[in-house]
Amino acid sequence: MGVEAYLAVSAALFALGVVCIVSRRNILYVLMGIEMILNAANINFVAFNRFNGDGLDGRMFAIFVIILAAAEAAVALAIVLNVFHLFRSIRPGEVDLLRD
Amino acid sequence: MQNSSRIFYLLLGVAAVAALGWGLARGAGQGLAFAFFATLTLGGSLVCIWERSVVRSAFSLMATFSGVAGLFLLLGADFLAMAQILIYVGGILALLLFGVMLSPPDLAERKLSRVLGALALVGGAVLWVGLRVRTTLAPSGKVWATQDAAELPAVATHAREIGLGFVHPDQFLIAFELAAFFLTVALVAAVFIARRKRSDLEPEGKA
Repeated sequence: MGVEAYLAVSAALFALGVVCIVSRRNILYVLMGIEMILNAANINFVAFNRFNGDGLDGRMFAIFVIILAAAEAAVALAIVLNVFHLFRSIRPGEVDLLRD
Repeated sequence: MQNSSRIFYLLLGVAAVAALGWGLARGAGQGLAFAFFATLTLGGSLVCIWERSVVRSAFSLMATFSGVAGLFLLLGADFLAMAQILIYVGGILALLLFGVMLSPPDLAERKLSRVLGALALVGGAVLWVGLRVRTTLAPSGKVWATQDAAELPAVATHAREIGLGFVHPDQFLIAFELAAFFLTVALVAAVFIARRKRSDLEPEGKA
């Protein structure tokens, strides 16, 4: 398997994540799509790291991406809980407090 | 189970078997393992998009994250694969399920045209990346552009080197400290945002 196979899987995962964000009306699906996109980026980092010598940089970047993803999931779910508490809905289109 | 759902899973199974056969044709060990993990990754996210219930979508993400961990293993990043399983499957997925449980049941509508659009987008992305890699990387003389992962030398750096890289001042010490600070702030802030206010906890009669 060359690097292009991993890049193809990563591109497909990224596209599926974008579709998951765009096509659903539920904040939880947006979070799942973000996780898919971050995973696609991680596959790219590790694949280029593997095929471009035996350094550490790509894997380190992937570890930091995972750290950011964990913090993002925790904060985003706390926000989702508060949004549901305030609006009784978790659909992004119905959170429109600032609209006229 | 609805009729369209049955057709979807049938098509997914056929595609998975076709991918496994393609991998087997590329090589018994690496090729089959790569095809298996790639099928797990993409099939999990396809099911996540297809399913109407949020719980099923969240559980299908487990397949996606495990498949990505398997791809990391194939790329020689064993520490990262274990971290992926620990953090994603064990942590983030459990958080998502808590979010599902604490939110109302919401059977979002799902249109067939959207799923077909998704498949078109995915095919376009894969084709585009494949063409770009083939046409721009391969002739430019980069060693890694056409190389096979099985032909690369074995990975020499393992968890010990990653840990030393974290604490070495010339490498990632500052980023490591920043990440630790960031995680502390983010998790404390998440607890602070998510907690119930004291006025919510008091019974209705006393207020």
